[in-house]
Amino acid sequence: MDRRSVLRAISGAVVAAIALPRMAWASWSESAMKANESTAAMNELFGTAENVASAEVKLKAPEIAENGAVVPLEVSTSLPAEQIAIFIDKNPSPLAMTATFGAGAAGLVKTRVRMGETSNVVAVVKSGGKLYSASQEVKVTIGGCGG
Amino acid sequence: MSMDRREFGRLMALAAAGGALPVGNAAAAQKALFDTAPFGQVRLMHITDCHAQLNPIYFREPNVNLGLHGAYGRAPHLVGNALLDAFGIAPGTPEAHAFTYLGFDEAARRYGRVGGFAHLKTLVNSLRGTYGEDKTLLMDGGDTWQGSGTSLWTRGMDMVRACNDLGVDVMTGHWEFTYKDEEVLANIEAFNGDFVAQNVKVTDDAIFDDAPVYDEDTGHAFQPYVIKEMGGYRVAVIGQAFPYTPIANPSRFIPDWTFGIRDDDMQELVDQVRAEHKPHAVVVLSHNGMDVDMKMASRVSGIDVIFGGHTHDAVPAPLEVSNAGGKTLVTNAGSNGKYLAVMDLELSEKGVVGYKHRLIPVFSNLIEPDAQMTALITNERAPYLGKLREELAVADETLYRRGNFNGTFDQVICDGLREVLNAQISLSPGFRWGTSVLAGDTITMENVLDQTAITYGETYARDMSGEELKLILEDVADNLFNEDPYYQQGGDMVRVGGLDYTINPLASMGSRITEMRLDDGTLIEAGKSYKVAGWATVGSQAPGPDISEVTAEYLRAQDTVRVNKLNTPKIVGIQSNPGLSA
Repeated sequence: MDRRSVLRAISGAVVAAIALPRMAWASWSESAMKANESTAAMNELFGTAENVASAEVKLKAPEIAENGAVVPLEVSTSLPAEQIAIFIDKNPSPLAMTATFGAGAAGLVKTRVRMGETSNVVAVVKSGGKLYSASQEVKVTIGGCGG
Repeated sequence: MSMDRREFGRLMALAAAGGALPVGNAAAAQKALFDTAPFGQVRLMHITDCHAQLNPIYFREPNVNLGLHGAYGRAPHLVGNALLDAFGIAPGTPEAHAFTYLGFDEAARRYGRVGGFAHLKTLVNSLRGTYGEDKTLLMDGGDTWQGSGTSLWTRGMDMVRACNDLGVDVMTGHWEFTYKDEEVLANIEAFNGDFVAQNVKVTDDAIFDDAPVYDEDTGHAFQPYVIKEMGGYRVAVIGQAFPYTPIANPSRFIPDWTFGIRDDDMQELVDQVRAEHKPHAVVVLSHNGMDVDMKMASRVSGIDVIFGGHTHDAVPAPLEVSNAGGKTLVTNAGSNGKYLAVMDLELSEKGVVGYKHRLIPVFSNLIEPDAQMTALITNERAPYLGKLREELAVADETLYRRGNFNGTFDQVICDGLREVLNAQISLSPGFRWGTSVLAGDTITMENVLDQTAITYGETYARDMSGEELKLILEDVADNLFNEDPYYQQGGDMVRVGGLDYTINPLASMGSRITEMRLDDGTLIEAGKSYKVAGWATVGSQAPGPDISEVTAEYLRAQDTVRVNKLNTPKIVGIQSNPGLSA
């Protein structure tokens, strides 16, 4: 299958993930989605906000967003992932998305998020009951004036 | 104000070394300031950011180019005597004039104009000939198709034709992407060399919609690299386009393409190219800007040289950056056709084992222009000569743009915006291109277009709150002074008219700008509304006339144009800085 076909095949799933960020997941994460601070959201989701920064977690994000309305993010991990979540500190609801993985599934998530302003973005991987993270600042700028 | 005989002799030697003049004495050429005696096995030549300047021009280097945090006191953040000291250049010499603003007015009259494609071609051909044609490569770092009236009117095609005649082998881009995507693709098709960019991808949505793509699997919009066979040696040239094109410039012209620094992709590509092609050297042709290149060089290993541009830094010698794999050289080759960089590499099966680098200022008075290129330029300009040559006003003082804050030409543009569009305050982008006009010379329409010829030059005049004004200033200041180079965009501070302010470059985002005042001293209030005029909006097309017309109208109304007040900010938080002239 060539890339265009693959993209067509998965596009339905991608669209659903973007269009329904709040409805797509069950009520157990509803309070986490509503929490207006990253630590609180992490607590709500994982029962703890304790996490360690890990080189095993890779967060691919632009340093400066081309369009704050659709910022592409990719989280991958070599750890056996049970769950991956993304938090955007400055967003009104910091928990941008969460995904759970079955045993043996590759820990990879690609999504697009809306960001109203420059913020730290934190990717959290739950593995073996522990939380591992990677973070990066993504700048949202008004643009222009470049030389 | 003519040069003395000794200086003239030195310049003659320089020109002779470049093959510009008949060489009577090879030994004299050897002793020339810029020793171009062949070294190593391959010669890589590099031009960048010529901004479509086909003919020789004046270009004043900056007197403010602040280096902060890790960049304090190191190239390219050195101006004037600090730069001369760092690179061992004697004051009062032709190269001191080329690399600094020192004594610009007088030295510019003495040494004449710089650059020009016909002069550049003579120099390039000579450097190819003495080295062996098949062992040389000419690379162009981009910002080639924009910056003049003719490039705008021909949608960059005049420059494609000139680059083909010059013999450019490889290029990458930035302002090239300010034409419409189909124009960009057509220009690349017409370009005889390779257009390379590893960091421009077609968006998934566009691939889905059958947009043109170089490699469907990787998503590369253009070929990411090219392997050049040179006299039995293989050199890989990887392209790095300006990472923030759709942010600094309108994305609406190129909606299908997404950019970014992508240094992890760069590492993967370097590793892949080394494994697949076993090149003797891997170089990157970059439009990152020098500070971004320096950081990238520290994070990515396996690159021998990054040939940089974008920030228009004329850096006389490469900087060596250490990384996990060894060392990477980082260069920057100035702008406006003013310089030709020459890097001779000594290669072995182990890779690059030595180098010799020169950044040669192109003093056009001393170089015989190439006849074929002269004819081409004449031909390209012919349909537009009447418009280009229109005389608008006499410059009371030297007009220039380059520098972190308002240049005198920016001030003229800002004054014109306020007057013609009847605004209290004006804003003008901190572009680093724009040629200089010497005091007493007549400003032509061509000079104005050199500062303003862009595909989104429409103006606006609208009400803006004090809060909004501050937000704009803070946003641009962070693009310039952010501690992390990856968050910088490589432009200078937005230029202002009718507005004074204080800036602390070392403060954090949102708190650098204070004391915003109107020209009469009245404090700007956050909640109050002000009439602001500007141009070059990236979000959508502005409703007003083009900035070149606004500026021309302002100039036509006066015989001699004066800058009564330079709205340059008060800088605080910095004691002294080698990037700030005393």
